[in-house]
Amino acid sequence: MLKITNLHASLEEEDKQILKGVNLEVPTGKVHAIMGPNGSGKSTLSYILSGKDGYEVTDGSASLDGVDLLELEPEERAAEGLFLAFQYPVEIPGVGNMTFLRTALNSQRKARGEEELNAADFLKLVREKAKALKIDADMLKRPVNVGFSGGEKKRNEILQMAMLEPKMCILDETDSGLDVDAMKLVAEGVNALRSPDRAFLVITHYQRLLDHIKPDVVHIMADGKIIKSGGPELALQVEDEGYADLLEGAA
Amino acid sequence: MTLPAQKQKATDDLLGAYDAPTSASRWANEAREAALGRYQNMGAPTRRDEYWKYTNPAALTAGIATENPVAPTDVTAFDQVDSLKLVFVDGRFDVHRSDAIQGVQINQLADVLAADIHACKDLFGELEARGQKPVHRPLAALNTAMAKEGVVIHVKGQLDRPVEIQYLREDPTADILIHNVIKLDKDASLTLLESGAIGARFNIVSEIDVPDNASFHHIRLQGRETQRAGSNHIFARLGAESLFKSFTLAVNGTLTRNETIIELTGDNANAHVACAAAGDGDFHHDDTVFVTHDAVNCESRQVFKKVLRNGATSCFQGKILVKPDAQKTDGYQISQGLLLDDDSNFLAKPELEIYADDVACSHGSTCGGADETALFYLMSRGISRDQAQDMLVLAFLDEAIQEIADETLADAIRGQLQAWLR
Repeated sequence: MLKITNLHASLEEEDKQILKGVNLEVPTGKVHAIMGPNGSGKSTLSYILSGKDGYEVTDGSASLDGVDLLELEPEERAAEGLFLAFQYPVEIPGVGNMTFLRTALNSQRKARGEEELNAADFLKLVREKAKALKIDADMLKRPVNVGFSGGEKKRNEILQMAMLEPKMCILDETDSGLDVDAMKLVAEGVNALRSPDRAFLVITHYQRLLDHIKPDVVHIMADGKIIKSGGPELALQVEDEGYADLLEGAA
Repeated sequence: MTLPAQKQKATDDLLGAYDAPTSASRWANEAREAALGRYQNMGAPTRRDEYWKYTNPAALTAGIATENPVAPTDVTAFDQVDSLKLVFVDGRFDVHRSDAIQGVQINQLADVLAADIHACKDLFGELEARGQKPVHRPLAALNTAMAKEGVVIHVKGQLDRPVEIQYLREDPTADILIHNVIKLDKDASLTLLESGAIGARFNIVSEIDVPDNASFHHIRLQGRETQRAGSNHIFARLGAESLFKSFTLAVNGTLTRNETIIELTGDNANAHVACAAAGDGDFHHDDTVFVTHDAVNCESRQVFKKVLRNGATSCFQGKILVKPDAQKTDGYQISQGLLLDDDSNFLAKPELEIYADDVACSHGSTCGGADETALFYLMSRGISRDQAQDMLVLAFLDEAIQEIADETLADAIRGQLQAWLR
């Protein structure tokens, strides 16, 4: 599914190297987690995979089911089945959440040569998915993320994921800014989407999210590289000992 | 007083463009003569005038209007609205194409000016004259002096439908002066819609009296006529507890000057002016607004949003003047430019002049490109850059459209905007 090989990238404006040779494979059906200290390049990795401007890939490759992601525009990557749940979902005043969801869904369907969903079918689908995430009609009507609480924003991300049914989901610090109950609700939403045809890459600082979304593999990232990979126990080790020992071991 | 040579020439050239109106009743002749005097004293606008710094008035003051090809009449959002239609063709009122007048008194300007007695006679030229201080509006004075055409609307109660004025074009050279007078009685209300390409060049003045408890809603469409060149002046006087709301949707036009001059003279009055404009290429759009607070506890709001690309220019000159006794004034003004490239210009001059001490006035003006973070967010969900940008443009302009009170009309305007941008 997702294959990242020797990925090097820098900030376009500052010529500062952020990714220094990331190697990572996430097979279909699996949940991988990336943990790491601040500034290790976790979020940058998610932005580069989804195609945000401002980064320059200097070496290496990233592909999804054999398709070179780095050659594609962000919307083409989305149509290929890549989805990024943002750490800070963007507020877009004046654009209704429903309009946004429907435009996104139909853009992807069109790009894939599928028939667009009509208003009635779309409405039925969105209501059903929203209900499971406790997203009420009012939140659907409001402008995208405007006036949403932290928890509502993250639930809205998961709703988009549920509507768009991507193959590869990247969750960038989805637990940040959430209280325990909100985190549970979000994790339930993610777990409901786990399937043999879908893979997840969960980026987080803390082990607690991984209590709710159980990973198959945990990677530790530091200074632009994956320095260690292991099972879920690796996350527990980080929780107990912090990153310092791991970083020293790698040095 | 003599004018500088260049100004004198522009003044004479422009005056020479219009035939003198035929003699009317005595009061009307006097009003016209007074207006002509005002015009000649002030002189035609030139680039050196403070309020014409951002807009070159040359095309509006030339002795001959530039010929301007007639485009097919646009289908407008108002076609779906059940309204009482008043139709002008090349600046002349067309009785046959207009609806039969029902439920409201509407006369042609010439008939009113010829009559000795009319309920609106105290307004003609009066609100325009009041609006000449402290800023000169010579084009409006010229209009009062020379205009032969226009409608005079007297609303005595509630109308069951809007009145729509359509200004249609057939002649590629028509140089149009239209002077409308609208009088509402106390407690009366009117929704006025305006649309159409008007003329090769136009100068329209509307004097609107909104007395105590009356309400006036106005929606104006300035459409895809690429070479539109003209000026609009609205002079409104508001009484106590009255409401005035004006919204303009504008796309294209090489030179459009919309002036709105509002005087809040009664307590608790409410005046809102808004505009959503989209300019592409050879576009110059100028909104000049002057709101005078001269009563207690009045509210005024100015909301102007412009999207510009390919070298388009838009300017906003908005002023709130709060007189010494206008305590508890609530004045608000926002003007924003969304520039889709580096070639376009948004010029803003917000002004507040406040002489009362217990007021809340705020203003803001911003100018910038499309929000890249929002664009990326939309694109990351599968929406193309172009479509994402369109969504952001519509969202940006929608803040002005939200100023329209009637939801049905607001939705019609949204549809119109999308059709025009396509």
